[in-house]
Parts: sequence; structure tokens; C-alpha cells
Amino acid sequence: MAIQPSVKANLYKDSVSLMRISQIAIARSGVQRVTLLMGTRSNKEFLQQAGLMSPVLENAKPGDIMIVVQDDTSEKREAAEREIHSLIAGDEPKAGATESAMDAPPRSIAGGIAIAGHADLALISVPGPYAAAEALKALRRGLNVLLFSDNVTIEQEQAIKRVAAQKGLLVMGPDCGTAIINGVPLGFANVVRRGVIGLVGASGTGLQEVMCQIHRHGLGVSQAIGTGSHDVSSRVGGTTMLQGLALLAADEQTKVIAIVSKPPAPDVQQRVIEQASMIGKPVVLCFLGGEVVASTGNVHRASSLEETAKQAVSLAGAQQPGSDEKAVEELVSRVCRSLAPSQRYLRGLYSGGTFCSEAQIIWLEAGVRARSNAPLADADRLADPEDSYGHTAIDLGSDEFTVGRPHPMIDYGVRVDRLLKEANDPTVACVVLDVVLGYGSHANPAEILAPAIRQAKATAKAKGRELPVICFVCGTAEDPQSFETQKTMLAAAGAELVGSSTAAARSAQAIASRMAASQAVA
Amino acid sequence: MTDQNGPQYQRLLAGKVEVVNVGLEGFVKDLHDCGIGVVHVDWKPSAGGDPQMAALLAKLGV
Repeated sequence: MAIQPSVKANLYKDSVSLMRISQIAIARSGVQRVTLLMGTRSNKEFLQQAGLMSPVLENAKPGDIMIVVQDDTSEKREAAEREIHSLIAGDEPKAGATESAMDAPPRSIAGGIAIAGHADLALISVPGPYAAAEALKALRRGLNVLLFSDNVTIEQEQAIKRVAAQKGLLVMGPDCGTAIINGVPLGFANVVRRGVIGLVGASGTGLQEVMCQIHRHGLGVSQAIGTGSHDVSSRVGGTTMLQGLALLAADEQTKVIAIVSKPPAPDVQQRVIEQASMIGKPVVLCFLGGEVVASTGNVHRASSLEETAKQAVSLAGAQQPGSDEKAVEELVSRVCRSLAPSQRYLRGLYSGGTFCSEAQIIWLEAGVRARSNAPLADADRLADPEDSYGHTAIDLGSDEFTVGRPHPMIDYGVRVDRLLKEANDPTVACVVLDVVLGYGSHANPAEILAPAIRQAKATAKAKGRELPVICFVCGTAEDPQSFETQKTMLAAAGAELVGSSTAAARSAQAIASRMAASQAVA
Repeated sequence: MTDQNGPQYQRLLAGKVEVVNVGLEGFVKDLHDCGIGVVHVDWKPSAGGDPQMAALLAKLGV
């Protein structure tokens, strides 16, 4: 396919805006593919690997947009390029526009603070290499920070959190996907009722899943404080997690606290447990994949996201939610009856990193060892993240899949391609997909996923197989995408819907175990 | 900075949160839809796009 490269100089657009422009350009011009990326070094490396680099793009700067149009016909390529330039220009401030200087958006955090008047928090989602600088600017001007950006080094995180500690400010992140502060949803956040359960988490999708389940069990969330995934490392020392615990301990609205995280470094874990045990409120600790330790005093241990939500709800005085074991068993039996003996392997295609980890943990507990691009043990790292091997759980939100493109909760393209690829593999027993709703996520994920699920199932069917696709929706009825509509659309496409990430992982594991057992008998 | 009322961040939970958004513009609409005060900063890489220079400028408070 021929490519047509060009550069739009001196114009910055975030990856979501660029994705939107490329989608419109494709729809209007009929061109096969459009790639729009800022001229950063990592984006140029990505283009090089994809075979799309050209001399025209080599001098593009990080503040320039690199445009690559792919199609076999030059008329279409040119039409697409005109369309892209026109769409980009449409977003630019017009020379001589009627807006006064006072109406123009501020160009700096200082300008933003001056306009806001009483701002107390900066939500920062600029590309990683620039994120630490912006966070420091916000902190120096007295703002708490939610640093959504990833690819911030540990040294930068240490420096940011040192400045925050000196000023008595909170830094959630880097790589903090979600938070709810006083009912304000920040980043990827679901619409949940306010209530008495306060959350702290080093895991964005883990927090989202727990808050959604709490909401669906009829209770609510007081605050949800994201720490970012590296906070619980020894070098960062759990600074934000300990601050979050202190905040929730002092917060009158919070009656029960739940912590969701990968296992912290041993010294951090010790500090977190010590601090938790001194709070006069029940605390549910879920260190996913960590050593299972008995509950003591006010500190209650949970080993899955589902159990975390159930325990928190129960400790808050509501009835312990029921078990879905019967539904899981019914699903597993039905699915296994439809599979050919060759279909033995699981494929988890996750947009949430925590879901990918939880699945591997649940599978491994039953002896189902998975390969992954984000493995529990390095020995299980996939040789090539693009190719599944045996049981595989993929975190499609990790760096190798997100350079120059939006997160898979926003851009379903990579996941759809991978689903269709898995459909051609005769050894696949089932695929597991998460569908994350809420602010920041795709406006209508089922609109993209449902046709892809239909196509994947049809591909398998044409080769004489069934392809079960197990889905869970991380969301609530109040989310902008409509929880029920999403579930209905996915079910109509033939997806098997379960109620939680934990139930999805358990169902898949039971299918794998049963298929392996039937092979052994045969 | 910690005063007699505890660290400054504890005031985050004391009142209405107002946000300065730097980066993904989509977050602004979500916050507006929730009735939250938010100002979007029209951000672009400073220092000609050199991250190390941008970090240095940030240290200098620029």
C-alpha cells in the first residue's frame, strides 16, 4: 500500500484528538489508513518499526504533527490529506477571530490558575517526557496533582513527591488512571453514588471495578484516591498510598476503607499495614497476587477485586452479596460442550492492566499458567506481545501497544485486530474481554466490539468451531455509555456476559481446566 | 506545608474541587458535564519540544 507522508508544523494535538481527526478523515475520504502522530522520538521509532517512516518526517519536532496516509490510489490519498489539514485547521484559533484576548485559553498552568480563581487540583495528561515538568509547575503554585501521564521515570516521581511532601500537597500518579475526589470524577472514572466506602489504589482499573461493584451492591464511595502503579515500590515508598490512608482516616464521611494494589515492596507493605491497623475504621486490604495472610483486628484481607467489594460492602453494614458460582458453572458446562478437543487455550485481551494480572493469578492458582506481556514472573513473558502462545493474557494498555495512540479503553482498534487474529487459532478455547465504561472511556464500546465479536465467531464457525467470548462490563447504570445497553448489544453479538472481572477469570480458568482434563481422559 | 490544620492536601476534601486541566481536552467536557469548575490549558511542548530543557525550565519556575 503506497504511503503519503507530510508534516503540519507548530501545532500540538493530544493523541485522542488525533485519533478523532484520523477517523473522520478515513470516513470522509474512504482512504485505507491514516496515522497522525506528534513528532516525538518514540513516535518516529514506532513509524520506523511499522515501515511508515520517510525522509519528509525525519525533521519533524515534538510540536509538529506527522501525517501518514496509506492507500493504493493517489486521488484518495490526496483527498485524505486535504481533509486532515482542513480538520486540523478547523481546530486552530483563527487569525482575527472575534474572541478577545481574555477569552483565549491560557497557555500555561499559571494562566489557568489565574482564570480559575480557586483551583486546587491540576489534572495533567501531557506526554510522559513533559509530565514531570508540568507537575512541578502545578505543585509550586500550590495545586494538588493528578498525574494521568505514564512514562515518567522513578527519579522524576521521587522528585515530584518530594516537592509535594514539602508543600503538604497530594500527587496521585504518575500513571494514575482514576480518582474520585469529593464526588468529582477524574481521569477514567465511573459514575458511582456517594457513600461511606473510601478507596485507595495503585491500580486504576482495579479501583474502577471495585467502585462499580460497590455501587451495584447498593452502596457508595466517599473518595477514591489513585496512587499510580509505581507508588508502592521501595524507591517511592508508598508516599501517596500512606497519604491517601491518612486522608480517608480523617474523612468523616468514610466509614470503611479498601486498598487495592499489586503487592507493595515488603518495606512499603509493612508501613501500609501498620498505618492501616492504627485507623479506627475497618480496612480491607487487597494486594492482588500477594501472600494470603489472615485478617487481624480492623484489617481484613481480600484476594480478588470481587471479594474486596463484597467485604467492604459487608463491613459497611449491608448484606453480604450472594455468590455467582451457579451461573459460572452453567456457563462453563455449556461452553465446554461446544468446544472441539483441540480448543484448549485461554486468550485474555484486556484494556485494564489489573484485570490482566488478576486473571493470571486466578488461572495460576488452578495450575493454568499463562504467558503475558505483563507476566507475574519474568519467565512467563511472551517472546512477542503480538503473538499469543498457549494460555495468554495481554495487557493492551501497556507501552508497546500505546505508543502514539490512545489507551485501548478509548481506541478499540488494536483489540479488535487481536480478537480477529485469535479467531483464526484452532487451539483457542475462549477469549476474555473487559469493557470499561465511565468518563474518559469510549463513548459506545459495544458499537465497535459487537460487530468484531460477530465477525470473530463467524470466522471460527466457518472453520467448524465455536469461539466463546466471555465479557464483563466494568460500569454502572449511571455511566454515560448506559450499562444495560452495552450489555444488551454485546449479548446480542453472542458474548457470554459475567458480572465481574473475577467471575470472568474464574469462568475461563474452569473452561481451561475442564478441557485439559477431558484431553487427559481421552 | 503543614499548619495547625494538618497538611494542605486535607483541604481537598473540605470543599468543592476546581480543576486546571493540562493535556487531554476530553476530560474538560466530562468535568463540565458534572458541573465542575475547570479551566483547560492550551498546552504544547515548551523549549522547542526538548523534554530535558522543559524540565530545566520547570525547575526555574518558568
